[in-house]
Amino acid sequence: MKYWRKPLDLETIKASKGKVIIAEDRCKGCGFCVAYCPRDVLAMSQTFNAKGYHTPAVIDGSKCVNCHFCEALCPEFAIFSMEATEAAQSKTSLSRRKNK
Amino acid sequence: MKTKKAENAVPEHPMEGLIRSERLPHIWCAGCGIGTVFGSLIAAIQKSGYDLNKTAIVSGIGCTARMAGYIRLDSFHTTHGRALPFATGLKLANQKLKVVVVSGDGDLLAIGGNHFIHAARRNIDITVICVNNLNYGMTGGQLAPSTPFGAKTTTSVTGCPEEPFNFCYLASACGAVYVARWTSLHIRRLTNSITEAMQKRGFGFVEILTPCPTSFGRRNKIGTALETLKFYHERSVIRNDIDPKEAPIDFGNNIVVGKFVDTERSTFLDNYQLSCKNLIGDWPDFGGTIVSEKPTS
Amino acid sequence: MVDNAVLTGTYFMNGDYACCEGALAAGCRFFAGYPITPATEIGERMSHRLPELGGIYIQMEDEIASMSAILGASWGGVKAMTSTSGPGFSLMMENIGLGICMETPCVICNVQRAGPSTGLPTLVGQGDMMQARWGSHGHYEVIALAPSSPQEMFDLTICAFNLSEQYRTPVMIMADEVVGHMNERVVIPRKEEIKIVGRRKPKVSADDYLPYRPDPDGVAPMANCGDGYRIHITGLTHDERGYPGMDEKTQAQMVNRLIRKISGNRDKIIRTENIHLDDADVVVVAYGISARSARQAVRDARNRGIRAGLIKLETVWPFPETLIRDVASRVRALIMPEINAGQMVLELQRCAGGACPVHLVAHMGGSIIHPATILSAIEDSIKGKK
Repeated sequence: MKYWRKPLDLETIKASKGKVIIAEDRCKGCGFCVAYCPRDVLAMSQTFNAKGYHTPAVIDGSKCVNCHFCEALCPEFAIFSMEATEAAQSKTSLSRRKNK
Repeated sequence: MKTKKAENAVPEHPMEGLIRSERLPHIWCAGCGIGTVFGSLIAAIQKSGYDLNKTAIVSGIGCTARMAGYIRLDSFHTTHGRALPFATGLKLANQKLKVVVVSGDGDLLAIGGNHFIHAARRNIDITVICVNNLNYGMTGGQLAPSTPFGAKTTTSVTGCPEEPFNFCYLASACGAVYVARWTSLHIRRLTNSITEAMQKRGFGFVEILTPCPTSFGRRNKIGTALETLKFYHERSVIRNDIDPKEAPIDFGNNIVVGKFVDTERSTFLDNYQLSCKNLIGDWPDFGGTIVSEKPTS
Repeated sequence: MVDNAVLTGTYFMNGDYACCEGALAAGCRFFAGYPITPATEIGERMSHRLPELGGIYIQMEDEIASMSAILGASWGGVKAMTSTSGPGFSLMMENIGLGICMETPCVICNVQRAGPSTGLPTLVGQGDMMQARWGSHGHYEVIALAPSSPQEMFDLTICAFNLSEQYRTPVMIMADEVVGHMNERVVIPRKEEIKIVGRRKPKVSADDYLPYRPDPDGVAPMANCGDGYRIHITGLTHDERGYPGMDEKTQAQMVNRLIRKISGNRDKIIRTENIHLDDADVVVVAYGISARSARQAVRDARNRGIRAGLIKLETVWPFPETLIRDVASRVRALIMPEINAGQMVLELQRCAGGACPVHLVAHMGGSIIHPATILSAIEDSIKGKK
């Protein structure tokens, strides 16, 4: 990101990084998450899930800032985002994110 | 085109604790806005801070009313239009409960219209979430009191001959203390609104416009649910605190959304206690299921 | 504050008021109703008695709302009741069905008046008896009681609440305008003498609890809303978890269980008062105010040397099939007086099964059946007429 001057708190504030988890078999291919991700992390894939819908796929995971908008919009509870660090730690079983 | 094999382990969604996931996939169509509103409701309930064991959902009949079956709280799926009187009885019997009524536009305001105006008038302390998809979706897309004039439905193939209600105006006129309208795209403001309405003492009403691609959208050539959301994006204007009378849903012009009414009024129980004072003096606290609410000054 | 739920004493009391006092003695603390002649007095008395006891009275906008509200209140953990007459009873039918399907304890008092439609609002009828049994759509069993005096209005209302909590079902009190509006001696006993039944609570934790898994007697323990069990309760056909099951197997399981819950416990539910049955040649079977006329007619018949007997139905539904079958096999005739064109008499005929003739003494409504009319029917039956 380009700044005209260096922000004073650049060292202390860290932009969050997120990881998108997709529960493909719940997806019904509505496309909300793809259309409304503010960082264009997702695109509709060419593959089908077991129900015959095209599901979203992460095309550039590094851009995800864990804003949870895909999670909020999804009607099927089929997609959510997590802090990238938490997700990296729990590879096999995804622990529940703490509710605020 | 490949078909992926079914994954054995579905990763756990953050709201898993409040969803009856053994009943998923739910019945709502692909792109149905009800699913989004359902997620928003769960997020709002979590945010509201209420004891989840004392939070109850009451619904009537219809697509929206099926929400009661998917949420892991005490939930009651009652008869068409009668969610509000059921919720009234439930709340009055156990005042510690936080009661949220979720139902559709037809259920709450057509067959349930009489109960709606009286529950608002009495200012029963419940929150009403009204999902407005402009028709009767569950039965295949018939006209409803929300259907725009001229819209096509299965019972108005040449165009709806009736003009719709402005539900927010109606709610406000009947005495609701919190009135807001959002679309299913305004997801964060909606979640906040539902939380605010729940935390407010008295009859709170939140109307949410949602796409109904299968029943309404198809017949009116609106396109996919995504296109409806884009339409909301373009045409909705947020006007907080205006008179709901000035906030129509005018698809030809603008969809006015916002928090319109946020006021205070004594609830049914406040007034009941006041009127019974002569009979009984101080309100008895039985410590059991009937517990007094402290009246406002 | 004095707990005066049970107004022990002897009173000259109106039947509607006695019903209200019976409800309060049974623990009713919520009433939602709508005024309708001749049941209005029940609501009126409730409106000032309930706040004294920490209960709530609410006058709803119509009978449909009243019935829904008492279901909600019952799920909120409070014994709840409504009262109405014919036109309101018709309105309540859908939600009575909901109460039966959801297995919600509550009491509905129908102080019958002459119908159909608006009919004779201030005058007696007994024309809603079959409606009590079949009024809502679908197939189900009901429990309905018929008081024949203000004293029975008190006693049978307590019985109604007990049965509704015991069997987790709405119970109807099929009173009538005369019983409701007459003033007669009512003895209210001491609180300790009144037996109250509460709903069965679950003994297992929330993780193991299934809202519709029945105990051996067919009744499932009931967790109230707010008890932490996170129940889902629906009017859709449902399985033991309470979740909708849209298939014939779930339908068969649920409907059979709902029917057997009551029909399987008939012997514990049915109450009748049997008078002079042992040596009777002719037996009058009656309920409500007609049982009072019948009692006098039977007394007069005995005085004339006719061996008449009386079965006073206190529960009208379930109908006392076994008793009737037994009596029909050993009497010369059965007679039923009722203030309608013949409703419960159809049950009587069915259960008698042709073992003896069954005679109806009908009255279209507007006044009670005179004992002399019943006496003449008794005499005719002995002579073998009609």
